[in-house]
Amino acid sequence: MTVRRVRAWMFQALMILSLAISMGALVWLLVGTFVKGLPALDMKLFTNPPSSVPEEAGARPAILATLYIAVLVLLFSLPIGVATAIYLEEYARKERWYNRFLEVNIQNLAAVPAIVYGILGLAFIVRGIGVGRVLLAGGLILTLVVLPTVIISAREALRAVPDSIREGGYALGATRWQVISRQVLPASIPGIATGSILALSRALGETAPLLLIGALTYVAFDPTILGPFTALPVQIYTWVKLPDAGFQQLAAAAIIVLLAIVLGMNAVAIFLRSRFRQKW
Amino acid sequence: MPHHRVIAWHIDNLDNQGDGNQMRIFSERRTAGVAAVVVIAAVGVLASVAVAAPPALDKLRGSVTADGSSTLGPYMTAAAELFSRAGAKDVRITVGISGTGGGFERFCKGETDLSDASRPMKNKEAVICKTNNIGSWRAFTVANDALTVIVNQDNTWAKCLSVEELSKIWDTGSKVGNWKDVRAGFPDQKIKLFGPGTDSGTFDYFTEKINGKAKRSRSDYAASEDDNVLVQGVSGEKGGLGYLGYSYYEANQSKLNAVSIKNPKTGECVAPSVATAQNGTYKPLARSLFVYAKGASFKRPEVQGFLRYIFDHEVAIAKRAKFISLTPAQLKKSRINFDLAVKASAK
Amino acid sequence: MAPPPSGAIAGGAPFSLRSSHRHYGEKVIQILLGSCALVSVVTTLGIVVSLVFPALEFFAEVSPVDFFTGTVWAPLFDPASFGVVPLLVGTLSVTFWALLVAIPLGLGSAIYLSEYATSRRRVVLKPMLEILAGIPTVVYGYFALTAVTPLLRQIGIQVEIFNVIAGGLVMGVMLIPTIASLSEDAMAAVPQGLRDGAYALGADKLQVSTRVIVPAAMSGIIASFVLGVSRAIGETLIVLIAVGQQAKLTFNPLESIETMTAFIGATGNGDLPTGSTEYKTIFAVGLTLFVITLVMNIISIRLVRKYREVYD
Repeated sequence: MTVRRVRAWMFQALMILSLAISMGALVWLLVGTFVKGLPALDMKLFTNPPSSVPEEAGARPAILATLYIAVLVLLFSLPIGVATAIYLEEYARKERWYNRFLEVNIQNLAAVPAIVYGILGLAFIVRGIGVGRVLLAGGLILTLVVLPTVIISAREALRAVPDSIREGGYALGATRWQVISRQVLPASIPGIATGSILALSRALGETAPLLLIGALTYVAFDPTILGPFTALPVQIYTWVKLPDAGFQQLAAAAIIVLLAIVLGMNAVAIFLRSRFRQKW
Repeated sequence: MPHHRVIAWHIDNLDNQGDGNQMRIFSERRTAGVAAVVVIAAVGVLASVAVAAPPALDKLRGSVTADGSSTLGPYMTAAAELFSRAGAKDVRITVGISGTGGGFERFCKGETDLSDASRPMKNKEAVICKTNNIGSWRAFTVANDALTVIVNQDNTWAKCLSVEELSKIWDTGSKVGNWKDVRAGFPDQKIKLFGPGTDSGTFDYFTEKINGKAKRSRSDYAASEDDNVLVQGVSGEKGGLGYLGYSYYEANQSKLNAVSIKNPKTGECVAPSVATAQNGTYKPLARSLFVYAKGASFKRPEVQGFLRYIFDHEVAIAKRAKFISLTPAQLKKSRINFDLAVKASAK
Repeated sequence: MAPPPSGAIAGGAPFSLRSSHRHYGEKVIQILLGSCALVSVVTTLGIVVSLVFPALEFFAEVSPVDFFTGTVWAPLFDPASFGVVPLLVGTLSVTFWALLVAIPLGLGSAIYLSEYATSRRRVVLKPMLEILAGIPTVVYGYFALTAVTPLLRQIGIQVEIFNVIAGGLVMGVMLIPTIASLSEDAMAAVPQGLRDGAYALGADKLQVSTRVIVPAAMSGIIASFVLGVSRAIGETLIVLIAVGQQAKLTFNPLESIETMTAFIGATGNGDLPTGSTEYKTIFAVGLTLFVITLVMNIISIRLVRKYREVYD
């Protein structure tokens, strides 16, 4: 009996330990970066363009571009993602082969490495349809990267709305679209918002596909949608690679900004989820 | 500043003898084909070309896209910064670092105005440029570099190496793993090799000059795009040996020793320095860095203005970016070349 | 406490029975929605086309046998060699170390969250764990290079500045939430009746967890591992920054190697003339990467479906 209790206790301790190690790594990462980056975190980072001299360098064009990309990704991925989710959840008949294919296809896309999207972006968006190496191309590629995630989370949110609500609507003579647009969709907004914000935060931290479409560029002016750009994570990558200690510090400072944006969005999403969690 | 023999040296560097390819093509007639036109020969005669007064910097508007060599990246960035500060605030300059080849690839698709190169354009690339009909283009020499061979500070023996000895170490299939195999009398010490990434112009240039052919190299060494890693690697290994651009050596002089290179013609050991790179005695690892300009872009005042700024302030730009500046004679030739291009584009 | 059921119906607009063109409108809407769904199909097609055609050109120049069995990867050297095995081994090696961290820690966290933690604790701990999933990979790369590698050297492990172990361990941390969250979902899907039955037979939490819950959720747990593997294989920035770019055929975790993704990332913005065989290697390696992750994912989908079928 005691042996059993000791084993049970040890097992529980191990479980807690594994969680503690994960948290410890998180704390180490955050604290380490803050300690290193805080001295370089000043207004200069937000107002100055990048420079070959670390004391003068900032990340203004990169920060702005990342915010623009956020808006673009949201504008593209939310309507397409939600529409796809509605189609799959509310309209598609599961027994049709093409609907099953759609579903598997989206699951597969969610697992395609981001860098492969970079190759796609280079071949089709930048060269194929001739958008060029501009901010819009970056926004489009990152939209494709996160679209599967948006679709999957929107579907989950729609699925969480119980059928009784739909049936109630139909019983009153509403069409399918009336039921969806006036009942199902409003009820699933918190879930869709949570999933979309998480997907968006992933898009903003994504670097690899942007490397392939030439975002590794010195851009000293405020970006435009159809102009050349560099994004915050790419700027960080650029600085990490430079030998000068001053740039290493700048990289840490820029990481703090990126983490503030990305983790801030995560926090909003998690808050939304817990605030509006509905039990039907 | 010593600058004798510069012209000879300069031409020597541009003349890509290795595979007989030429890179300097500037032809108003598209039918001229790929046959190289070495403009330099004519330069001496046309030493004085009258040019109309350029527009003031703050009147310039528009954008300039440059891409290419990562070695030249810091130089072009510094040039863009100083240009903007000098008043050209409304000219939007972007500097990409796709690498020399990547830069030419985009240049020959007509995507960029300027292509930064740490080696001359290859024949193959010129053919692509012609096929894509991007029109004429012109090359300018903008800075010098002395590829520097570095060793650990505890390395007391390798003060000077010859091209043959370097080749013995670096050539394809080389099995040299110990300093005692490099030269009789060197100590029994394992060699640990560090070099730049295979997609850099530095790698191309070193392998061509040392092993006789670009990209001909053993592959079992620590390759890194990050020059900082080469510095750390060589300074941390007693038997370490590597090569990188002069500006990185200069920034890390306290941690590394530079090896002198035996000049194949004079047999003298020459250390890499600003002076030896400029006077042409540091052979064969001194090289020029180029900027290629598309003819159509050159007609635009902002592109022209940016290049003019570079030649007007070459020394200041080189200093800011920690590069070896052009010699007065090289600069003069680049300026003449530039003025010729201005004249040609005005037609 | 969960908020009370919200009055979605009460809050909605009253239904109207008008609309004479209802069916016509419905059809239009369905077609619109369906065409949005097609975007994902077009994306897949785009990926396949952009990878397959250059890769076919590549395989016309380099025999697939040489590519998949060659042990020297030196596409940019002269003479060039296109054996992809060192990149595959490099990818495997990093993945191995990542999973060595992520599987036990992720599974441990999942069991704790699902079987041990009170619901109040779970509400706090799960989001914290999810923060790990939200951190951009460029940050993990920086962390591996500037914090983990120096620490390893300090404690006497003689690693090269770029090395497999630091990148692998950090990638493992990145994967913990993926594995923990999917495994927890699978465990939560195990019907309460199984737990109650086991407890009724006198089992303790350890026994319930390890002999009832984990086996019952096994296919979902394995699916989470497979997804973790696929993430590890596809991760680019951590390996690009911290693991290096030296394609060496070695399993030594203290040395620098090159993975498939690092090759694409470093070469994709590098010094390569288009149309050259070297340039097409990006696509050949990209296709290899795509196929591997695709197979992984199909396995994972099958496994997830299997456990869903059992308890639905």
